[in-house]
Amino acid sequence: MIKKFDKKDEESGSGSNPFQHLEKSAVLQEARIFNETPINPRRCLHILTKIIYLLNQGEHFGTTEATEAFFAMTRLFQSNDQTLRRMCYLTIKEMANISEDVIIVTSSLTKDMTGKEDVYRGPAIRALCRITDTTMLQAIERYMKQAIVDKVPSVSSSALVSSLHMVKMSFDVVKRWVNEAQEAASSDNIMVQYHALGLLYHLRKNDRLAVTKMLNKFTKSGLKSPFAYCMMIRIASKLLEETEGGHDSPLFDFIESCLRNKHEMVVYEAASAIVHMPKCTARELAPAVSVLQLFCSSPKAALRYAAVRTLNKVAMKHPSAVTACNLDLENLITDSNRSIATLAITTLLKTGSESSVDRLMKQISSFVSEISDEFKVVVVQAISALCQKYPRKHSVMMNFLSNMLRDDGGFEYKRAIVDCIISIIEENPESKETGLAHLCEFIEDCEHTVLATKILHMLGKEGPRTPTPSKYIRFIFNRVVLESEAVRAAAVSALAKFGAQNDDLLPSVLVLMQRCMMDSDDEVRDRATFYMNVLQQKQKALNAAYIFNGLSVSVPGLEKSLHQYTLEPSEKPFDMKTVPLATAPITEQKTEIAPMATSKLPEKLAPARQDIYQEQLAAIPEFKGLGPLFKSSEPVQLTEAETEYVVRCIKHTFGNHMIFQFDCTNTLNDQLLQRVQVQMEPSESYEVLHYVPAPSLHYSQPNSCYSLVRLPEDDPTAVSCTFSCTMKYLVRDCDPNTGEPDDDGYDDEYVLEDLEVTVADHIQKVLKPNFGAAWEEIGDEFEKEETFALATVRTLDEAVNNIISFLGMQPCERSDKVAENKNSHVLFLAGVFRGGHDVLVRARLALADGVTMQVTVRSTDENVVDVILASVG
Amino acid sequence: MTAQSCPRQHCATTMDSAALEPSLYTVKAVFILDNDGNKTLQKNLKNYYDPELYPSMKEQKNFELNVFNKTHKADNEIAFLEGMTIVYKSSIDLFFYVVGSAQENELMLMAVLNCLFESVSQMLRKNVEKRTLLDNMDGVFLVVDEIIDGGVILESDPQQVIEKVNYRADDSPLSEQSVAQHITEKLALTSNVLQSAKEQIKWSILK
Repeated sequence: MIKKFDKKDEESGSGSNPFQHLEKSAVLQEARIFNETPINPRRCLHILTKIIYLLNQGEHFGTTEATEAFFAMTRLFQSNDQTLRRMCYLTIKEMANISEDVIIVTSSLTKDMTGKEDVYRGPAIRALCRITDTTMLQAIERYMKQAIVDKVPSVSSSALVSSLHMVKMSFDVVKRWVNEAQEAASSDNIMVQYHALGLLYHLRKNDRLAVTKMLNKFTKSGLKSPFAYCMMIRIASKLLEETEGGHDSPLFDFIESCLRNKHEMVVYEAASAIVHMPKCTARELAPAVSVLQLFCSSPKAALRYAAVRTLNKVAMKHPSAVTACNLDLENLITDSNRSIATLAITTLLKTGSESSVDRLMKQISSFVSEISDEFKVVVVQAISALCQKYPRKHSVMMNFLSNMLRDDGGFEYKRAIVDCIISIIEENPESKETGLAHLCEFIEDCEHTVLATKILHMLGKEGPRTPTPSKYIRFIFNRVVLESEAVRAAAVSALAKFGAQNDDLLPSVLVLMQRCMMDSDDEVRDRATFYMNVLQQKQKALNAAYIFNGLSVSVPGLEKSLHQYTLEPSEKPFDMKTVPLATAPITEQKTEIAPMATSKLPEKLAPARQDIYQEQLAAIPEFKGLGPLFKSSEPVQLTEAETEYVVRCIKHTFGNHMIFQFDCTNTLNDQLLQRVQVQMEPSESYEVLHYVPAPSLHYSQPNSCYSLVRLPEDDPTAVSCTFSCTMKYLVRDCDPNTGEPDDDGYDDEYVLEDLEVTVADHIQKVLKPNFGAAWEEIGDEFEKEETFALATVRTLDEAVNNIISFLGMQPCERSDKVAENKNSHVLFLAGVFRGGHDVLVRARLALADGVTMQVTVRSTDENVVDVILASVG
Repeated sequence: MTAQSCPRQHCATTMDSAALEPSLYTVKAVFILDNDGNKTLQKNLKNYYDPELYPSMKEQKNFELNVFNKTHKADNEIAFLEGMTIVYKSSIDLFFYVVGSAQENELMLMAVLNCLFESVSQMLRKNVEKRTLLDNMDGVFLVVDEIIDGGVILESDPQQVIEKVNYRADDSPLSEQSVAQHITEKLALTSNVLQSAKEQIKWSILK
């Protein structure tokens, strides 16, 4: 019957909700009955509820009206109605920040927290702590200490949690309660234990020793609360990570023992902690994976979700460890919770075999529209990984991706798909045409400028080299007509590339370009005019230099050089060769051009590296007038890792000089080294000009010393040299504890490993997006060719990698990847030689017994060609 | 002279911060939504929000709307939205939500959700629906206050929560207004009964 009424109410609208149309002013008006005597608990309760409801809804209360209501509310403390009193506490907490003078209730709350009514005490403490500031805290400190160790669990818990909230505000006061918290930690009540542990950790987390002690104590004595166990596991795994403790550490044993806890929560926390450990081997993972496997068949959705999500993480690093769970994961594919199903499928895609891919993709496409964007991105990432693993599956993937591209979705999702398609195109030449077609279709209706420009760039690069380039022209020109400025400009650049590459298309491209020259935007017009003029010259060299390959200098470097040039007016024209070069960015799309070859370092760091060196070196007076820094090498270790002194060297190449930067670290805490310098004995006609010693080397504080070397001018082909290095210094023994050194010391030396300068140090990597055009541009004036037999090399891959690392040049046209099952390969390398001469190398490799290599070198300078060939031989 | 910092020190290993900073602050938000039949209109009944994550009402509302749209169709217990893990449970026309960070132990969040739901259910004598909940709003406020304090799990045992809150749900609404409402409803029902009786007679005659 009651049901029936409800239905009626719902049909008639939302009249059943007494809180639906509350007016703040009306409620505050009603609050006046708080002042009536005797107090009517029922009605007052109702009004307090309304006030809290309004506050929760985000209704704004002015300070005056809030204060007025608050003061009226304080009268209600006269009533002994339990619920009313509790609602007063809540109101105090909610109003603590909007009303003035909330501290007037302090005495009432202090009375309640120390009173006889246990029901009031906990909530009163929490309300009191909310309105207390640091100065007031001193006054109630005594009560807080008592409350923490109170035998009533709710009082103790409330006091502990409130203390935790106040740690942020007054750490020093709360720190004094550590003994009480310690006592509470051995309480029988599970929540008190958990809260005490949490507070103790927050108070001690900066003191690693104290945390270790605490962990030891509790792992021995054992805990009752599953929450507290979870907390302990987190503390333990954090400590393990910080101390880089091995898996033989007692902390790891503790975490592993938690896998056998009777609470699922603890078991899961332990498994997840093990999975997330940075250096975990497959054997250590096994027990964690097997408990997760059990969870996969749990009736609880949350547990299944937790398990499969964690397994998915494992599959990223150790796919083989998860293979055992494949059967359980298969069962989850049809789970009614789509999040679980998605995670199961993406995990299987990482662990499964090639044959199952089709089936899984079919399954996932049946519900991909139902899942949230976050999970769609997970799916796309899984596909991307899969394409690298099974390149032959690209047609299935491409189909699937293009369907996803048509669906609705946010920017992140679309970007993930576009990135994925682009990477497939780059990996698989066969998929190029279908991929480009899908991308063309996508930009027809694409709201994201970033993606549109990215795709247009891609089209400009790959489109002209497809069998039928003309079909892309329409898609590109549509953009010129329909889109925003940035996209139009990108489209113009793409068009120019078609015109430059395909002679038969050139007339039509010129017509289109003519129309772009009337664009309303400056940038678009400028680009169109520029390309128009270049294209009309019909010269391959111009096309290569200005349309295909662009500038190879670093943009910040160019900016700095130009600024310098304007500051010192001179008759000479600005010389592009003085600008530091940008090395090949890892992918060409990156907007920030990395100034150094740093493919191994994190991206964020890359742009700053060479600039940092440049500035550091420029600050040293001895190194003035060397010109711009041409190249800085990766650090070379000159000592073993675990020796008294650790030294590594960075080679900085300039126009006619080299600077060797020795980063030295003293690992002996009883020594202070002074006047540290590295003596160098060259094997060739290199001349050491200067040593810049490091004035002092304190324990574990790295410092650098430098050597300046002049390169031999009369013999430009002498590019390689070996230096024998000795570190010389003054030792002063010192007290390991205070670091106070003795008055006198003695000279000593330390022999370092030899340092090699090779041809790679003279060449900066440069990426030529269109190698063929660049090859033609340089021409065959200084071309030289020679054939070598590489007897020691067994595979083409090995040969390619050796050549790249030896010459230190940038592989172009993705020629660093050798196709499988081929016995010949052509490698294209590009670089700039010291002094600003472009150099290109084409190496034809053939595999017979060993590898035979025919090297063709072109450069703008004859010496450079000789240097390269001489050093290869 | 020590200013020449060594650039290699910047090469910190940027592992994704998978490990959670150990902390008691587990819960990022708790809220109960209703479903007015009209699916776009819901009313937030009681909430706790981590003020750092959702500083303003607008963000909270957007989040709720998004969560509701993604969860009200299927009772799936757990979801992952906007980088947050969300566990939820529905009962008749109500949706209970507990939100935690992406790395949070899902089972801990479930423990909170179960405790919240069980406590409310016991307090309302198993009538977990919008109407009864609204009539006992003060009780619900107190229950949430006992379970979560500033994002820290205060209690996870529904029995303890009920004892601490010590709240008696209203049996018979006594205010004049509700009595009048009651009577009109009764009347409406009788007229309904009469109506259907008439219909039945009419049909039997027509046959």
